[in-house]
Amino acid sequence: MSGERAVEDLLRRSAPQVLGALVRRHGRFDLCEDAVQEALLAAATAWPENGIPDEPVAWLVTVAGRRLTDQWRSESARRRREEAVAAQEPPEDRHAPGADVEMMAGAPGSVDDTLDLLLLCAHPALSEPSRIALTLRAVGGLTTAEIARAFLVPEPAMAQRISRAKATVRAAGGSFPLPGEDRDERLAVALHVLYVIFNEGYTAGAGRHLTRVDLTTEALRLVRRLHELHPGDGEIAGLLALMQLIEARREARIGADGRFVPLADQDRRRWDRRAIAEATQLLERTMATAPLGPYQLQAAIAALHAEAATDADTDWRQIVVLYGMLERRSDNPVVTLNKAVAVGMAHGPRAGLEVLDSVAGDPRLRRSHRPDAVRAHLLERLGDHAGAREHFRRAARAALNLPEKRYLEERAAHTGS
Amino acid sequence: MKFLLIIQMNPATWESLSEEERTEIAEGQTGFMEAITATGELVGTQALADPSQSTVVRGRPGAFTVTDGPFLEAKEYMGGFYLVDCENVERAHELAAMIPGTDRIPVEVRPVVYLAGYGLGEPAGA
Repeated sequence: MSGERAVEDLLRRSAPQVLGALVRRHGRFDLCEDAVQEALLAAATAWPENGIPDEPVAWLVTVAGRRLTDQWRSESARRRREEAVAAQEPPEDRHAPGADVEMMAGAPGSVDDTLDLLLLCAHPALSEPSRIALTLRAVGGLTTAEIARAFLVPEPAMAQRISRAKATVRAAGGSFPLPGEDRDERLAVALHVLYVIFNEGYTAGAGRHLTRVDLTTEALRLVRRLHELHPGDGEIAGLLALMQLIEARREARIGADGRFVPLADQDRRRWDRRAIAEATQLLERTMATAPLGPYQLQAAIAALHAEAATDADTDWRQIVVLYGMLERRSDNPVVTLNKAVAVGMAHGPRAGLEVLDSVAGDPRLRRSHRPDAVRAHLLERLGDHAGAREHFRRAARAALNLPEKRYLEERAAHTGS
Repeated sequence: MKFLLIIQMNPATWESLSEEERTEIAEGQTGFMEAITATGELVGTQALADPSQSTVVRGRPGAFTVTDGPFLEAKEYMGGFYLVDCENVERAHELAAMIPGTDRIPVEVRPVVYLAGYGLGEPAGA
């Protein structure tokens, strides 16, 4: 790992600890977040040149604390705002950036607020794109420019989104401690945000290694950290296992020619067996002790795929059972669509088509290419090649992901020939 | 998700509007742009010249012909567009309805499947 890369990693790891320490002391999440970003930038310049300080988190807390004080001083013209801050701040902290060093020495790291920060970024008043952007900045320690590049959005637009998101959180009184009553719901939203970030990276295509931040890696890192901090939470562990299992197939998902390779056709020797073993063990431990949840069920399905030597060897009957359990816990037609595939494998294509027919008319799937893609596969297995080609064609036209679109076009052209 | 909000211009409808209505629609675009810039949803926008200014190119480098646009007779044409990045298709519909003039000149909302340029970093590898 090069020096710069090591510094970058350390900064991203430290970001939530530093922000958590500041928010705990000063309350104002929005101002603290700005100050932390400035401290991270200062460190990114200073550390590769002068070396990493002995207590990096304490260094960052001190610098961010100074920025915060500077900010309050420079804003003295805006009296009203300053008074509002002063009211929330313990008086002895006002102009004592030097004292921060002693006060914070040893303290950072003893409490890690990653989870609370994630929950704050999952605020119900925010839209999903805002939650994602704020999570990556406040918890992931990424810069606005990096987030903008990762999502192919102009940097000023991303900056605007983040500053509005912070204003929204602030207006909603967002700070620590979080209200206890809706914690479970918030955790579900926060985990969903991380899963969306993971999937964005996973489907982004081949170019992402060049200069785009690897969102898959960032999401995995954050979930891994969450799991270290809260090993007893079954859904955090479930999401971690699910991500590891999907990530283990990354290399096999793209063929030598850069084409998308579906699960059934992947070269399973290219799967990362070590990651699969680690995820499977984690999942077994978790399911034995924690209450069952949707991420554990999805991970269990992914684990059954990972265990099978070939697609035909997959325990499809067990997968059908797991999708049934998932169906009872969520109101999402995509789950039933996936069950139709599994039923088709376990009990034959006719049975699969029956499940598909039960969900294909769901208005939420109206624009989706998946019902046609599933129908095409099932018809192909029935020997109805003309029908399969027609539905592959329709699916290809509706697909929004280019590699998948290309794959479906090829199937439309070659099925039965 | 990225969507192209395509303003489907119909010259007959446009000409049937009063001057005040036309001015209102044209000048109202600034307010709309400001609104979606403030939310961080605007990626880019373009207004296009009348199709009478279009030419059509056929051939390959060094060996091509240029003719006047054959699409002059079309009732509707792309007058301009907004490229937006927003939460979902429902939000894209809301944004389309905010474009001044949507009550007279409809807006087509279409998902974007590939995007590069606009200063957005390197192409994402299709």
